[in-house]
Amino acid sequence: MKRLALLFSLSAASALPLSAQGSASRLRVPFVMDTLPNGLRVIVHEDHSVPVVTTYTWFHVGSGDELPGRTGFAHLFEHLMFMGSEHAPYPQFDRLLEAAGASNNGSTNNDRTNYIESGPASALPLMLWLDADRMGWMLPTMDIPKVDLQRDVVKNERRQGVENQPYGLVEDYLPGMLYPPGHPYSWTVIGSMKDLSAASLDDVKNFFRKYYAPNNAVIAVAGDVKAVEVFALVRKYFSDIPRGPEIERPKVASFSLAKDTVAVVEDRVQSPRLYYNWHTIKGGTADDAVLDLVAYILTGARNSRITQKLVYEQQLATNTESFQDSKRLDGDFTLFATARPGKSLPELQRIIDAELRRLAEEGPTQRELDQAKNTTESSFLSALESTSRKADQLNAYYYRNGNPDGFQADLDRFRAVTAEDIKRVVRTYLLAPKAMLSVVPQGKRELAARAGGVTP
Amino acid sequence: MTRPTLRAITALLAAATPAAAQVTTPPDLASPPGLKTPAVQETRLTNGLRLLVVPMHEVPLIQVVLNVAGGAREDGARPGLATFTASMLDKGAGGRDANTVAADVAYLGAQLFAGADWNGTNVSLRVPKRSIGAALDLMADVVLRPAFSSIEVKRQRDLRLANLIQQRDQPGAVATLAYNSIVFPEGHPYHRPIGGDSGSTAGLDSSMVRGFYQSTFRPDRVTVIVTGDVTLTEARAEIERRFGGWQKGTLTSPSASKPAQAIAAAPTKVYLVDKPGAAQSVIRIGHAGVERSSPDYYAIQVMNTLLGGSFSSRLNSNLRETKGYTYGARSGFDFQPIPGAFTASADVRTDVTDSSLVEFFGELRRIRDEKVDPVELDRTKRYLALRVPGAFETTGQVAGQLGTLLTFGLPFNWFDDYVRRIMAVTAEDVQRVARQYVRTDSLAVIVVGDIQKIRPGVERLKLGPLEVRK
Repeated sequence: MKRLALLFSLSAASALPLSAQGSASRLRVPFVMDTLPNGLRVIVHEDHSVPVVTTYTWFHVGSGDELPGRTGFAHLFEHLMFMGSEHAPYPQFDRLLEAAGASNNGSTNNDRTNYIESGPASALPLMLWLDADRMGWMLPTMDIPKVDLQRDVVKNERRQGVENQPYGLVEDYLPGMLYPPGHPYSWTVIGSMKDLSAASLDDVKNFFRKYYAPNNAVIAVAGDVKAVEVFALVRKYFSDIPRGPEIERPKVASFSLAKDTVAVVEDRVQSPRLYYNWHTIKGGTADDAVLDLVAYILTGARNSRITQKLVYEQQLATNTESFQDSKRLDGDFTLFATARPGKSLPELQRIIDAELRRLAEEGPTQRELDQAKNTTESSFLSALESTSRKADQLNAYYYRNGNPDGFQADLDRFRAVTAEDIKRVVRTYLLAPKAMLSVVPQGKRELAARAGGVTP
Repeated sequence: MTRPTLRAITALLAAATPAAAQVTTPPDLASPPGLKTPAVQETRLTNGLRLLVVPMHEVPLIQVVLNVAGGAREDGARPGLATFTASMLDKGAGGRDANTVAADVAYLGAQLFAGADWNGTNVSLRVPKRSIGAALDLMADVVLRPAFSSIEVKRQRDLRLANLIQQRDQPGAVATLAYNSIVFPEGHPYHRPIGGDSGSTAGLDSSMVRGFYQSTFRPDRVTVIVTGDVTLTEARAEIERRFGGWQKGTLTSPSASKPAQAIAAAPTKVYLVDKPGAAQSVIRIGHAGVERSSPDYYAIQVMNTLLGGSFSSRLNSNLRETKGYTYGARSGFDFQPIPGAFTASADVRTDVTDSSLVEFFGELRRIRDEKVDPVELDRTKRYLALRVPGAFETTGQVAGQLGTLLTFGLPFNWFDDYVRRIMAVTAEDVQRVARQYVRTDSLAVIVVGDIQKIRPGVERLKLGPLEVRK
């Protein structure tokens, strides 16, 4: 548990709040990088505090790369990556890792698909070997029964997260209400049942050849390992895998909503819930950080503006939440609030709209802004405690701007935010037309929010 | 007498792996790293408060967990009282109102959380080192000087009542509530929800909360765990300054967990909860399990991991990876000072509800009837034994592990012997504990789903009598 290497240095004994300390503190996650002739990139961060290792592989493909009629395919494909490869036939992937004390998982979003293995440091060669085998030798063992099986599993995942989850169907509606047809973020990551049914073995083969080549992948390894040894292992296992074709990335055209898109859906729920969804800006930008702080100031804590009014003072809602979804090519901001039993959405709408206008006009107090910044800064520190979060983040920063150690630069975006920024960003993005979705109990459409707003 | 070290044992394990190191075969792995769980430094304040410290200096963060022994097992006639009292601690304290507490904590970049489980109340603080003093001042207010004002109690009570109503929308929550009320008889502490029900919540008032607080929050019941960028000397000074003056109470110790009242093994019965139009059926199957102090703990862990505690486990391999009925199937023992539940569970497609029950029952029988395969057993034991270092990475994890040992009265060097005990479990042990702790003829089967669609198929299985529950 105790390590000698100094991860990063922070001025230690000050009683000042974090945001008041200026730039004396530097977050640093040292790394070294290697690129193979076939284009595979490897990032290594040594952390010898605990004898564990995490291997995080990012493939630069997500639901945004899917073809029309094949929504959900990138995620379905993620499931197939665990179904065996030529030298590690199913179910060896899971069994070998478990026997080495390691666990594994994968996840897909709009922009990327990632795969994690973590366990004792001794399991590293196995992790890399298994990852190499499925990157280089998966197709010979792929067949339609495997596709059919994971198609069923993914449909169950969808049922569990969407159909059988209160308010879960919102996921099906919001992206299409906000983004124009054809926009890569206008459909969901989980996809539709119809498109999942349509996925074929040929789709699998074509997708693999196009997107699962070494030049479209980055492996980040963090933990109790030596970089030279990691590089040697990666070259040993991955060098024979041929480079794939250059990939054409999806394009996004700029767009804005002329007026609110409004919808009402009925669900098997006791209380109505109101969703607002605005078009904002892509991740990593200055305004993207401002929007993160706006989300905190609106609903991030018990004393945040909308939470305090709706949940605490007026007791109209049970919960409120908001977040900026910082995607690679574009972004959107979601805010929702669940009414208490017996309350209607126009009552919530009135207060939410008023609070948005007030924040745009008056801005936050210095104390509010500092609270948001200090909470954000602490979450950066927490991320540095675990090898898996560091490895994932190194990969995220590399994908975003080509520099894996983007921790300090990322934090600097938040430190730079002013009260004027908050006002401007709320006015620019959150007073603009939006997608507005009311989820109401069955037969209770009269509880829905009002198109055009509510008179204050 | 000397015990074999972990390293020696794991070296033996490693020697058993195939020795070829080519690209077409899995690599030969080096010996797993030795298990060095962190040394725990311990001291006690004069008022009886116990302090445990684990310095971890990698990141300038400190985690403080203040544990008050007791918790929801002391709810008495009012289920939910302990968890509610915990939730009230930071809703006004030391002259600050509820919003000011929240604002002041977050201004320091800190997180403060209070909650209760069956065995204790935990107030946990996570804070950057530079703000530890001011954050501990707030924590001390919350622990020692909570306001429990009538208006705040009413406010939080009404919020809880609203949440209880909305909980009915979540099929998993509905299934768990029904399951516990069936597996544990009326009068058993686990029969009613730890968070209370509408009836017990509606009557909560400030004097009840204060009464519970005054009878349980006493320094001789308290252990403070501090992990992170701090030394024992620093931690002791900071804790002493704020909690050293806390007066010892007249009650010396919390009531022990009641010895388990014998829970009669009732014949298998099926309970259906209707959720018209549901896309899936939420299944819970099981019975009362076994207490944490059981000498069979290690064998049960191995048996359950093999049955439904890992991705490669039998239940998940069968219901997800072979049949495609679910996104995941699992089983688990809820280890408590008195027996908690043994539960096998999955959310399955509505039209295979009956087929899924057949597979569940088949796996429960097989783990009892057949001796496990040596390869499967070995894989399971290694998975349990070798993954332990990953549970000690963060300050939160280390504090959590210590808290668990504390709750069950286990020594802080408990993990030193863990690997050896797990690796010693035999196929005979697995079958013996399966037969003893997994029943196949006296199960509670709860299904939350679309009754109209699933009932005929479930009835045809003739698992036992069928009852429809609200």
